[in-house]
Order: sequence, then structure tokens, then C-alpha cells
Amino acid sequence: MSISATSAPILPSIATNGAPIPHAAPAREKVKIEGLNFFYGQNQALKDITLSLRENQVTAFIGPSGCGKSTLLRVLNRIYELYPNQRAEGRVLLDGEDILDPKQDRNVLRARIGMVFQKPTPFPMTIYENIAFGVRLYENLPRAEMNDRVEHALRGAALWTEVKDKLHASGTSLSGGQQQRLCIARTVAVKPEVILFDEPCSALDPISTSRIEELIDELSSSYTIAIVTHNMQQAARVSEHTAFMYLGELVEFGDTQAIFTAPKKKQTEQYITGRFG
Amino acid sequence: MEPVAVRARALPARRKSANAVFQGLCYAATALGLTALCLILGSLLYNGVGGLSLRVFTEITPGPGSQGGLLNAIVGSLIMTVLGVAVGTPIGILAGTFMAEYGRYKRITPVVRFINDILLSAPSIIIGLFVYELVVVPMGGFSALAGGAALAIIVIPVVIRTTEDMLLLVPNQLREAAASIGAPRSVIIRSVCYKAAQAGIVTGVLLAVARVSGETAPLLFTALGNLNFSLRLTSPMASLPLTINQFASSAYPEWQSLAWTGALIITAAVLLLSIVARVLVSKRSGR
Repeated sequence: MSISATSAPILPSIATNGAPIPHAAPAREKVKIEGLNFFYGQNQALKDITLSLRENQVTAFIGPSGCGKSTLLRVLNRIYELYPNQRAEGRVLLDGEDILDPKQDRNVLRARIGMVFQKPTPFPMTIYENIAFGVRLYENLPRAEMNDRVEHALRGAALWTEVKDKLHASGTSLSGGQQQRLCIARTVAVKPEVILFDEPCSALDPISTSRIEELIDELSSSYTIAIVTHNMQQAARVSEHTAFMYLGELVEFGDTQAIFTAPKKKQTEQYITGRFG
Repeated sequence: MEPVAVRARALPARRKSANAVFQGLCYAATALGLTALCLILGSLLYNGVGGLSLRVFTEITPGPGSQGGLLNAIVGSLIMTVLGVAVGTPIGILAGTFMAEYGRYKRITPVVRFINDILLSAPSIIIGLFVYELVVVPMGGFSALAGGAALAIIVIPVVIRTTEDMLLLVPNQLREAAASIGAPRSVIIRSVCYKAAQAGIVTGVLLAVARVSGETAPLLFTALGNLNFSLRLTSPMASLPLTINQFASSAYPEWQSLAWTGALIITAAVLLLSIVARVLVSKRSGR
């Protein structure tokens, strides 16, 4: 946990980069989490979380390691179900439908709620196939349309100009930052409604990080986004809403600007000023 | 203060000598192994190359005291090896996939792994006897099919082990990433995990081929051997290891010479396969 943050550099970054928050007409609640509890075996990792992700906005989750923010993200697309002895209780409504309902097809759900991980995870395939693979799962496109879709996804992830001449090179041959953008392109290509970012920049250098941040900002005009980050400046830069979590509980949730300038809870203030966590 | 200082000086010297002894032992062991290998290969070449001729590959095994080749044995070995690998590989890969993917957290998996490891190290003659009871007796005679079955049973544990090991090496992040774009489990395994573990699994299959192509004991009670040319799967069939076994212990110099040549052919084939396996592995790690 290395937090070099003081309150000083956070505030100007909001002033210069923060998009104006449309207070007048609050965006629709795309994902509504209600009374969510989560268990790793006997160990409770999330305690009665209730909050909403607003449509086409970015919600950041901050808090010290082990506070449950990644766990929360992993519930939203039910990726935790890959492992035994993990279980969620409560409700997570996507457009009013409970995704935790066992009757919901988890694969279809995951196509609607994409996820980008901490470490870039290109598939062991060509750059082209990395993107076409996901598209093919749910759509049967003719060659030309698939080419368009791949190009569109790569453009959307600001990677097209760098890879357009080597689409058939291995995805693993790209640099770390390019790989992460490939993963974003892959996620975007299946046309999700929500994108979850789990510390997407923690393995990247500052230049790649700022590219990904710009990208998240652009993506938020068409997708509902949740991002977990250890970097508070990043949360301040990219998000409209911020949730501060500690020991599996939601301590404070509100407008990013409010959280970083006038936190209501003492714990939040101590954390964002780097005095604890 | 003083003892500490003394120890500080004494320790490196002791460590140096211990290091030298250990290093020496490592070198000696390596040299011993290499010497044995070179002697084997050397005598194989010395005794085997002389008998190499086109005839070896075009004529069948001769009767005592006459000239001939190894055609029936080579073809028989190929047929039964292909049979064993063709049957054993899918079973091995599927079982290995169960253990590494679907059953990774199930309680039965460690049990299966334990039993598989026993099978992996089971004396192959026992496998021959097992297939004798299971196939030869009910079928009423020795056959290439029985030989193939015995070889398949040797292939299965090798392939299970390597498939499981290679799939376990595939990072979970890759599975999560594939799941997060909506891929069902079977697609994740086939399109992502197999691809990531491809070279390793192929290497495992090649190792299994190398292993069974030299097996003699399991074929003694199953394929029996055949001095004539036969392609019938329900009849006894010749194979290189069986022919070597028979010819090497005979009193006829022509047979003994053919046995050396046969041994050379098997060794060369296995060596070739090992090289192919190596190349595949290095390609994988080089990526």
C-alpha cells in the first residue's frame, strides 16, 4: 500500500480534468446493488453493501487492500462462480433484473457486463482473433463485417493505428500497455452495457496509464463503468462517483468531488489524505 | 566478539570446500550418465549400422540362417503404436482436462491423480498380463488389437499427467478473462486453455509415443509377434521390440545383426521424436 497522495494534488486535477456532473438530471441507475453480502467460505468479505452504478458514468471504488472492492466487482459479473466456496447474498439488479438469480444465464450476463483485469490477459491467439473470439460466441458475422467489428473495437481502444499492420501477430507480442488496450478492445467488441475495470493500470507505466484513463473517459459516454483503483488521483480524474470501502463495508459513497473535497466520514478523509490505509 | 569474527572468517572456507565437493559430485554424476549413454549409443551404432540396408525396410524377417529385413516388424510397430496412441491420447487428454478444469476442486481428483501415478509407474509386463486376461482370452488368441490395447493403457497415464500439469500452468486470469466476455466453460477450455497448453500437451503425447514404441513386455502376451507379414488386426503381429527380443537371444548371426539394426532404428525414431518435442517446447517458451 504505497499512497503518495496528499489532498493537494488531487484537488487541482479535479479542477482541470473533472467533467461537469449533470446534477440537473441524474442519470438512470443501471446497476443497483442491494444488501449484498459475500463470503469466501466462512469469511465474510462484503457486508450489506447498497449502492448504484449510474448509466454512462464512471464509479470508482477506493479503499485499502482487502477492503472488498475487487470482490464487489467480481460479484457484478458472477466471475466468482468459477471458484468453489464463494457465495453472494442479496440482490444485484441490472436494469431491474436480479443477476444473482440462478436462473440468469451467467455467460450471457458476462457478455453484458465486461471486465478488464489488473494484469493484461491477451489470449494465446493473434490480435485479430483475440477480438473476433468473443464476437463469434454470440454473433455469426460474415468476414467483412467481422473485419469492421475488429477495426472498430481496436479504434475504440485507441490501438488501431499501432496494430493495423500486424493483426495476425500474436497478442502476447504487444507491450503491456498495448495488451491492456487489446483487452479493452476485446471487451468492447462484444458490446457490453457495463464495463468493470479491476485496477486496470496497476501493471502499467505512467504513459500507458494516462492513455487508459483517457480511454475510460471516452468509453463512459457509451458504457456504464465501475473501476477499482489504488490510485486516488486516478479515481479523482476518471470518476463521477466514488465509493470508499473499508473492511468489507461501504464507508462513504457520493459524488467524486464531494468525497475528495469534503468527505463526511473521518475514515474517508484520513484515507484520501494518506494518513491511514 | 572474537568467536564471531573467527567464525566469520572460517565459514567461507568451509562453505567453499562444501561447494567444491557438491559441485564435484554433480559433475561426476553427469559424466557417469553421459558415459553410459555414449557407450550404449556407440555400441548400437557400431553393431547396428553395418546391418542397415534397403533390404531392412523392404524384406520381412528371415528364417534362421537366411537373409532378410525387418519390414513386418517396422510396420507392426507402427500400426500398434498408432493404435495405442490413437486410443490412449483422447482418453488421456479428456481425463487430464477433467482433473485440471472441471474437477480441480473436487475431492475425487487427488484420488484419481494418485491412482494414475501408480498406473504410470506400473511394470509394463503387468499391463500385458492384464490385457491378456481382458482381451486375448475372450478373443481366443493373440492379436494386434490386444497389443494396441496394452500400449494404450501405457499411453493413458502419461498423457493424463502431462495434460493436467500443462493445464494447471495456464493462469486463472486467462480463464477469468475468457469468462468475462461470456465464453462458456467448454469454449474457455477448448479455445483458450488448450491453446495456451498446446505445446506442452503435444510434447506429452510425443513422450508417450517414444515410451510405447520401445515397449516389449506388454506385447509378449498380447501381440505375440509374427515372423510373417500381417496387417490383420485380429492376428498376431510382429513388432520391433519383440523381434529384437527374439533375435538378440538367438544363436544365428544374421538374426543378431538384425536385432542390432532394429534397436538402432527404434532409438533413431525416438531420438527424432524427442527433438521434435524439444523444438515444440522451446517454441512455446520463446513466445
